[in-house]
Amino acid sequence: MTSTPLIEVKNLKQYFPIKTGLFKTEYLKAVDDVSFSIDEGETLGLVGESGCGKTTVGRTLLRLYEPTAGEVLFHGVPVTKNNIHGMRQKMQMVFQDPYSSLDPRMTVEDIIGEPLDVHHLYSNKSERREKILTLMEYVGLNAEHATRYAHEFSGGQRQRIGIARALAVNPKFIVCDEPVSALDVSIQAQVINMFEELQEKLGVAYLFIAHDLLVVHHISKRIAVMYLGKIVETGTADDVNYTPIHPYTESLMSAVPIPDPDYTRSRHRIVLQGDVPSPLRMPSGCPFRTRCRYACAQCAKEMPPLTDRGNGHMVACWVK
Amino acid sequence: MNLRIRRDENGNPKKSPFSVQMDLSKFNSAMFEKATDEEKSQQDVMSESTTFFKDGMRKLFKNPLAVGSIIVLSLILLIIIFAPLFVPYRYEEILSVNGVRDKGAKNLAPFTYSKLEQQYIEAGGTRFPHIFGTDEQCRDYFIRVIYGTRVSLVVGFFASIIVLIIGMLYGSISGYLGGKVDLVMMRIVDIIYSLPDMLIIILLSVVLQTILQFTPGSFLDSLGTNMISLFIVFGLLYWVGMARLIRGQILSIKQNEYILAAKSIGAPTGRIITRHILPNCLSVIIISTALQIPSAIFTESYLSFVGLGVQAPMPSLGSLANSARGGLQSNSYKLLFPALMICLIVLSFNLLGDGLRDAFDPKLRK
Ligand SMILES: Nc1ncnc2c1ncn2[C@@H]1O[C@H](COP(=O)(O)OP(=O)(O)OP(=O)(O)O)[C@@H](O)[C@H]1O
Ligand code: SF4
Ligand SMILES: [Mg+2]
Repeated sequence: MTSTPLIEVKNLKQYFPIKTGLFKTEYLKAVDDVSFSIDEGETLGLVGESGCGKTTVGRTLLRLYEPTAGEVLFHGVPVTKNNIHGMRQKMQMVFQDPYSSLDPRMTVEDIIGEPLDVHHLYSNKSERREKILTLMEYVGLNAEHATRYAHEFSGGQRQRIGIARALAVNPKFIVCDEPVSALDVSIQAQVINMFEELQEKLGVAYLFIAHDLLVVHHISKRIAVMYLGKIVETGTADDVNYTPIHPYTESLMSAVPIPDPDYTRSRHRIVLQGDVPSPLRMPSGCPFRTRCRYACAQCAKEMPPLTDRGNGHMVACWVK
Repeated sequence: MNLRIRRDENGNPKKSPFSVQMDLSKFNSAMFEKATDEEKSQQDVMSESTTFFKDGMRKLFKNPLAVGSIIVLSLILLIIIFAPLFVPYRYEEILSVNGVRDKGAKNLAPFTYSKLEQQYIEAGGTRFPHIFGTDEQCRDYFIRVIYGTRVSLVVGFFASIIVLIIGMLYGSISGYLGGKVDLVMMRIVDIIYSLPDMLIIILLSVVLQTILQFTPGSFLDSLGTNMISLFIVFGLLYWVGMARLIRGQILSIKQNEYILAAKSIGAPTGRIITRHILPNCLSVIIISTALQIPSAIFTESYLSFVGLGVQAPMPSLGSLANSARGGLQSNSYKLLFPALMICLIVLSFNLLGDGLRDAFDPKLRK
């Protein structure tokens, strides 16, 4: 594999300044030195607890936040402030909350049409309408819904509108920020299947963010596990799922119900002790050491680097 | 495997006494009816599509208090627009009959005529009735109240517009830029907010009266220094509430993911403000303007009452009430008319504003 990946993220950092006193500012390291790459038409799953920085990775990647450090390459071209407007036609985002991500004062037609307006992707009104209707068909929305307002739709339908908006510019890459977490389980499956169908049809690559491992395993070829702003384990979906190495991934996996009684019997649930430390007061060395069963003296001293354990399975841990 | 299911005497599986499972043996298929296609399609039909504006208006017209105040306000508007066309007196006109000054037409009760007028009517002339009587300077009181209402409404309306424009500009700049700019701008607002407004108004009106000199006969001169200073006072002091409100709105709208979504598709800042932020705080702007009008009318009446409002002979509801104070014992009805008018207008605008808030404020919407 020597071809350039579609998206390459190198040492991305996002520190938010937080005022902790009148004149004191501390930095919240929401994303700390994250690197990964995604090939064309591929899906990378990103999992982790709430607040570990998944959304921030997605948003910084798309330059909705100015990164503190690191770079993002699209087809080998660095994404900068200057070329971001054009890049927005190639990289899009589906948002976490289907309720607040659609403007309540706009019709479905105008919401989906806005990217077309902004990038001047049509020559006349009828072409605009045609494009919008095609997009609506893609995501399984009724053409009659075009003139309705977003507040008239259910969560699943709203998420479809959001997906149609992201697809409008015909992107090569979409960040899907927990697109199904806010939906009912029955609707989750429909929407996830739709994501897969769209990928087959249009060849888009996804960064698929979720906290539900089953969902991520189902849709992605590779998975990255995040803990407190850092990637602690990454590898193929099967490797990470069935032979997790990092103690944090291990505990995550042990909590997932698996519909195979023989397999379940051979595992035991690992319940994590303690709470996630505040991202403002990160533990020294390995961020997971306050809750880790295997923690040793080395863990408190230095952050373990990601090392290859075979087959591209990278793990950041001193002991395991 | 030997499964034992306990059965009752009819051979039906026995239920645990705590089971909440429905006893299906009580039903049979004859009791159910298939849903017709029409019934099924009813499940799919969404409620009729409404725009935000239409939906709000529908709610507004369902609110009896709001409808009542709209009717009252429309009536008042119609009267003050058309009544001067029918009433043959002017507001500053001292009554006279056949060119002779009618000295007896002083403090007449409603619908009465002076001696001179009665003689004139008996001689075959027609005389328009004094609906509210006359004042102590022999002027028709009805037309004075009409003009007073005109003045008060105009002052209220324009003062609110001044407040709206300044407040909206200031508030949206502060809210959209945020950070240090916002901090400084809001401290200025805090300072203005902490000034005792009535005191400042009185001081300003007094000072401005000596400073402002207009060429006689010009438009500004005919408005009167008091009126101008009134607008200046509103422009200087009352925009702060509006600015705070709009800043708060913009700050909270900025948090919404749809603003981020607009950025992520590459929408420029101007488009984000005009297409996403302003339409979403429009309802709040309309509501607070509607509530600003009565407060401006009230302030104008108050200032005119203490003698700092519009210039004589121009009447305003406040100055009419003030001059009615003199003959309170003998002609108490003269206080009643302007006071009642103030109450009606202020109350109607307040109720209408409340109705608008209920109908349009997204936070109260389901
Ligand atoms: N704009 C911001 N300013 C300051 N801190 C922020 C900002 N956005 C996120 N954070 C902080 O960064 C951390 C990571 O947040 P993020 O939203 O990326 O988490 P997440 O993994 O997406 O969580 P969830 O699963 O709940 O969506 C959190 O501690 C959050 O409080
Ligand atoms: S490095 Fe140490 S503390 Fe961190 S996960 Fe591995 S064993 Fe646990
Ligand atoms: Mg998130």
